[in-house]
Amino acid sequence: MSARRIFARPARLAAIAPYLWMVLFFLVPFAFVLKISLSQTVIAQPPYTPVFDVTEGRAALAAAFAQLSFDNFRLLISDNLYILSYLRSLVVAVTSTLILLLIGYPIAYGMARLPQRWQAVAMMLVIVPFWTSFLIRIYAWINILQHDGLLNQILLALHIVSAPVVWLSTDSAMYLGIVYSYLPFMILPLYATLSKMDGSLLEAAGDLGASPRQAFWLVTFPLSLPGVGAGALLCFIPIVGEFVIPDLLAGSDTLMIGQTLWLEFFTNKDWPVASAAAVALLLLLVPPLVLYDRLQRRQLKADS
Amino acid sequence: MPLLRIEGVAKSFGNFRAVDQLSLDIRAGEFFALLGPSGCGKTTLLRMLAGFETPDEGRILLGGNDIAQVLPHERPVNMMFQNYALFPHLSVRDNIAFGLKRAGMARKDIATRVAEMVALVKLEGLEKRKPDQLSGGQRQRVALARSLARRPQVLLLDEPLAALDKKLRESTQGELMELQRRLGMTFIIVTHDQEEAMTMAGRIGVMDVGRLVQVATPRNLYEAPASRWIAEFVGDINLFNGQVAGRDHGRLTVATSEAGTLAVSELWPPVTKDVVSVAIRPEKVKLSRRAPALGEGGSQAINRLEGVVADVNYLGGVTSYRVKLETGAVVRASMANTARLDVDAYLAGQRVVAWFTADDCLVLEQ
Repeated sequence: MSARRIFARPARLAAIAPYLWMVLFFLVPFAFVLKISLSQTVIAQPPYTPVFDVTEGRAALAAAFAQLSFDNFRLLISDNLYILSYLRSLVVAVTSTLILLLIGYPIAYGMARLPQRWQAVAMMLVIVPFWTSFLIRIYAWINILQHDGLLNQILLALHIVSAPVVWLSTDSAMYLGIVYSYLPFMILPLYATLSKMDGSLLEAAGDLGASPRQAFWLVTFPLSLPGVGAGALLCFIPIVGEFVIPDLLAGSDTLMIGQTLWLEFFTNKDWPVASAAAVALLLLLVPPLVLYDRLQRRQLKADS
Repeated sequence: MPLLRIEGVAKSFGNFRAVDQLSLDIRAGEFFALLGPSGCGKTTLLRMLAGFETPDEGRILLGGNDIAQVLPHERPVNMMFQNYALFPHLSVRDNIAFGLKRAGMARKDIATRVAEMVALVKLEGLEKRKPDQLSGGQRQRVALARSLARRPQVLLLDEPLAALDKKLRESTQGELMELQRRLGMTFIIVTHDQEEAMTMAGRIGVMDVGRLVQVATPRNLYEAPASRWIAEFVGDINLFNGQVAGRDHGRLTVATSEAGTLAVSELWPPVTKDVVSVAIRPEKVKLSRRAPALGEGGSQAINRLEGVVADVNYLGGVTSYRVKLETGAVVRASMANTARLDVDAYLAGQRVVAWFTADDCLVLEQ
């Protein structure tokens, strides 16, 4: 009984800590954004109205509440710009995730089949790029891709092209940047599932008449699907909201939703519309997040 | 021509010779056990038969064709894995059907064969379960059904019962033997458990450091081990080192330091060296309170060793005794408890005579 008293309180506090973190750093800021998304834009400081001020009494607060409206969300639906931005974000995220899978799976598969001591080395090689700032790496790509950059110099020297090719500010450059940046996030979960795979299952498949190719498609691949799902969502979710890479490497024809957000916030100074766009983006990402959570749970269950 | 002929097969991993110039014939319909301590190469040999390892030297002839270099999925041989290696994402039915689908069997025939296999291993009603919804014993049956489904010419079993508890293991041993007899299939089992090998197999091949040291029926392996190592590896045995002192009509006299002079019947082939060990199984050593009269062992010479019972271990079916001789050597004797009440049982500290006939001893080169 006394032992319970000693340990119960700190233990309970420790259990609350993550929720406290979530409330302080996610729910409260999200409440601010949600509130701003329901406000109207004004040229003032802050650039929206109404402003809740508890010192002005209950009547004033009630009046402020009455001013809140869904106008900004209606605008999101009615204006092509936003819908196109969302669509482009989805298309870019889906395309990138597919490319990442096609490149990441063979790499992870190869890593998992390396001798044990080489696996650690391969793992290091995947992680090493993180030691350099992400922005610096994207700027390095700008250097490589620009008009007189390394890529064009090599292509010219090898007589593959006769004049410098325009790489920068194209979708190809953007996809290159995204795939390059997110590859580790695809490889690591895939590698985790593939390296745990029981080698005797492949032997059993071979023993029962499956060629190595059949054994891969009938045993290895289905068993690696949790890793495929985890890797795909781990890449898809942040790519939807990606801002830096499309801003630095892509052309300016169509914007991704992250860029539109930036534009509304900093160029148009329209905080309410930007907030509404952010809330809508979050809602769009809830289903894949739930899916990711499910996969993680199933994996945990399968492991135990 | 035997069904399976292994000819001078060798396999090394780096500097380690796992299997060393091994030759063995296995007849069709045989239940053969490869027995040996861990690391003796028995599993490597089995994996070469399955095709997971390729021999560095030698030939493996199955029905006259050399399959040493044939890939696993092209061999008419199936294996039951020690950890069962069931596909976790497939149901019991799909696990069993896996090999049949690869063989391109018609859908209707697959269903029939799967049903037949499910009935054979008594898994009716569990066809839709996934492996993680089965008990250890049920998984073992699925693995067996899956490896039998393709009706292989040879079924390889790698420690198939190691993961089961004792009771289940014993009943499964019986079922495996019954299955093998009924199907008339050739089974090769790898095990480190000599009791398991002796229970199930018609012939046993004992392996040590990559070589076959003896191939024999269970009885011959136990009663006529080819070497001192095998005698000690298979079952319990008392060993007395000594020198051949006399030889007369197949009867040897061996002078031992621990048990005096012993009379031993010589087996064929006769020992060539003079420094030998006399071996006697504990259950062939009899105990009595006084020296047995000359006639008690029939016409044979009787070896008598006087000593004191050092300890008594009651094991249910048998009681095992350790008798300490005056020389300090210990003789183990075990006697069946044929009566429920034994008022005459030997007690620790009692003086006894341990005796055995010359025919019950073995003489082995050291």
